[in-house]
Amino acid sequence: MADPLLKVTDLKIEATAYPPGEPPQDITIVEGVSFALEKGRVLGLIGESGAGKSTIGLSAMAYGRGGVRITGGQVQVNGRDILKLGTSGLRRLRGAEVTYVAQSAAAAFNPARKIMEQVTEATLAHGRASKREAETRAVALFDKLGLPDPETFGNRYPHQVSGGQLQRAMTALALCPEPELVIFDEPTTALDVTTQIDVLAAIKDAIRDTGVAALYITHDLAVVAQVSDDIMVLQNGHRVEYGATDQIINAPREDYTRALVSVRSIVHEEKQPGDDPVLQASHVTARYKGTKFDVLHDINVALDAGQTLAVVGESGSGKSTLARVITGLLPPSKGQITFAGRRLSSDLAGRSREDLRELQMIYQMADVAMNPRQTVGTIIGRPLEFYFGHRGAEKQRRVIELLDKIEMGAGYIDRYPAELSGGQKQRVCIARALAAEPRLIICDEVTSALDPLVADGILKLLLNLQKAENVAYLFITHDLATVRAIADSIAVMYQGRVVRYGTKSQVLAPPYDDYTDLLLSSVPEMKLGWLEEVIAHRKMESAGH
Amino acid sequence: MRGIPISALIGLAFTAAYFLAAIFAPLIAPYGLSEIVGDVWEPSSSRHLLGTDSIGRDLLTRMIYGGRTTIFIATMATLLSFVTGSVLGFLAAVLGGWMDQVMSRLIDLLMSIPTLIFALVVLSVMPVTIPVLIAVMGLLDSTRVYRLARAVAVDINVMDFVEAARLRGEGRGWVIFREILPNALSPLVAEMGLRFIFAVLFVSTLSFLGLGVQPPAADWGGIVKENKDGIVYGIPAALVPAFAIATLAISVNLVADWVLNRTTSLKGGRGG
Repeated sequence: MADPLLKVTDLKIEATAYPPGEPPQDITIVEGVSFALEKGRVLGLIGESGAGKSTIGLSAMAYGRGGVRITGGQVQVNGRDILKLGTSGLRRLRGAEVTYVAQSAAAAFNPARKIMEQVTEATLAHGRASKREAETRAVALFDKLGLPDPETFGNRYPHQVSGGQLQRAMTALALCPEPELVIFDEPTTALDVTTQIDVLAAIKDAIRDTGVAALYITHDLAVVAQVSDDIMVLQNGHRVEYGATDQIINAPREDYTRALVSVRSIVHEEKQPGDDPVLQASHVTARYKGTKFDVLHDINVALDAGQTLAVVGESGSGKSTLARVITGLLPPSKGQITFAGRRLSSDLAGRSREDLRELQMIYQMADVAMNPRQTVGTIIGRPLEFYFGHRGAEKQRRVIELLDKIEMGAGYIDRYPAELSGGQKQRVCIARALAAEPRLIICDEVTSALDPLVADGILKLLLNLQKAENVAYLFITHDLATVRAIADSIAVMYQGRVVRYGTKSQVLAPPYDDYTDLLLSSVPEMKLGWLEEVIAHRKMESAGH
Repeated sequence: MRGIPISALIGLAFTAAYFLAAIFAPLIAPYGLSEIVGDVWEPSSSRHLLGTDSIGRDLLTRMIYGGRTTIFIATMATLLSFVTGSVLGFLAAVLGGWMDQVMSRLIDLLMSIPTLIFALVVLSVMPVTIPVLIAVMGLLDSTRVYRLARAVAVDINVMDFVEAARLRGEGRGWVIFREILPNALSPLVAEMGLRFIFAVLFVSTLSFLGLGVQPPAADWGGIVKENKDGIVYGIPAALVPAFAIATLAISVNLVADWVLNRTTSLKGGRGG
């Protein structure tokens, strides 16, 4: 049998960590990972952040990012051990035989140069085609990837095209040198669901038509199931399970894989709306200062005490702006907000301390939502002190009580945010909001920066807290799976308008309007062949197309 | 004391030595400040370790007392500039809008006049006493600190945790001193090391020009002025204070660098 295109044997990757105040120590990031990839096949690497999937992906170019070293094992491309190649050998390999598609195309493109120059750069640098040939090839790729006006697309600058288009241009960049292996590192993670589906379909077609082999790295099992032939599940730098896509999705052997497959299986009984709304927005229209363009148009929504209203939409739909209007950070130009039976002042300065206390907010990025120089105790304790005047032992007791509520415990009280994991940080933010004993918490994309299993834990916690404290949530998200898991009612937003609003069972039942249909059908499902089905049946094309 | 890099140790040792010599000057100095103990510009000997100055006073004694004056004035001026500069800078960042514009444009106006000329004009009409000197130097320098503090605070002011504090209903005092200040400290401390050295140079320059510390009191700039004619005859007395200024500058900056590294890596900081 001929050698496989890529053969990785017993890979070991290490890095040096510099914990503050301690001597540097070597840590192992990846250990004992082996796999093989044949020509024209796609292998999906899946795992949570820190699982080592990007590190393994980059090792196929013998590259270690930021002080990471490949210390053991073999990486063979076409039978050659590339770890033994010198600098010039690697230079010939990278960008020619093996190419790379990064997660954030917006950050990976040079904003000062035209797309065509950048797409053909590697091809020309490696002498793999003449300038004219490379450009013809690029145009053909733009066409294949479904980019608008493929002939002239390359003349634009990166900021003149949308995020989804740029991600496809990046794929063209990787395919232009006619490589044998492409590494896709979370190529659709930063995109909206409705855009993701187009990019995904484009990548899948391109891989099939060019016959290139690919490593597809992602944390989303449903996405990887659409494009790959085989899947390798990773956890903490170790291989958990490795097998054909069909087997991993339909008959996972390991507990961890089963957990990943069954994630978001929270069952939530929908509560019926009462007649005593805690929050009511009527005819809210808003625009940002100095602009002539309404970001929100005539928004009417209501939320009952102890219930959850999910506000869904893609980026730019105005859902976070709605949160800013409700919190008073952006006074609306028309309309009003009624909260707990009283009319809220439209700007922050006019609100009473009681208004502020009863309306709390949890942010998407827990990292920046907490002062890095305050301990967990200070962060959670401050609202207690500020609103209720608790001090000393009383405050300490309440903080510990709250830490227990978020399932963390008193041991964390003296830690700084940087010493917590992503999920723990978000829990501390939840505790800070709860400390104020609010009636309503606005949750702005609180789980979208977290790994699926961790996000699951946060959603379960929020649901339990809702039962115990009878707090209402205004839940802003772009993720429909989250909405299914926790919402009682749903408002679908598109271009600053609420296009569909009602209880969960009403909104999620046909007949759908075109946008809701697009949104619903774009959520990747954990089944093979889903992508083809959706592309064939949908009514409306996404904005990124 | 584990984990202090060697450069910081050297810096700490020299800085400490200079400050201790300044504090305990009357105990250490071998002679009186304006006591004439020998011939003009005697070379160094066991009686006069650094020789004598232009009118026969012991140079080591002059250096120790001079360091006391120079370091005291520079320290006080730096502290004054940091307190006013950073409080005003933070306030401008937090207030924003037209208040920020007014404050920043006024500061620009002050900065557009060369500091030395401004100081010379003010000092020529005011009585030159040490408090006046400190006030003039401190306030002029605070414009630079204001710029830095405002730039840093504007960045921090838009972070979610500051917004969270605002939504909680916190007042400006809390936002400035509890949310912004701890996160702005490391660039400010680094700048402080640099500013302290500029203050040393500034007070020395003023004294050299005759508008700083007045004789018979000694300071490093004044010692250079008194002994500058000796350079023509190959007498190194004027170079001794220059050497002192240089070593103090380097060692303070070594310490500031270390503090900067420590505070940024401390518990993660803001993105390292």
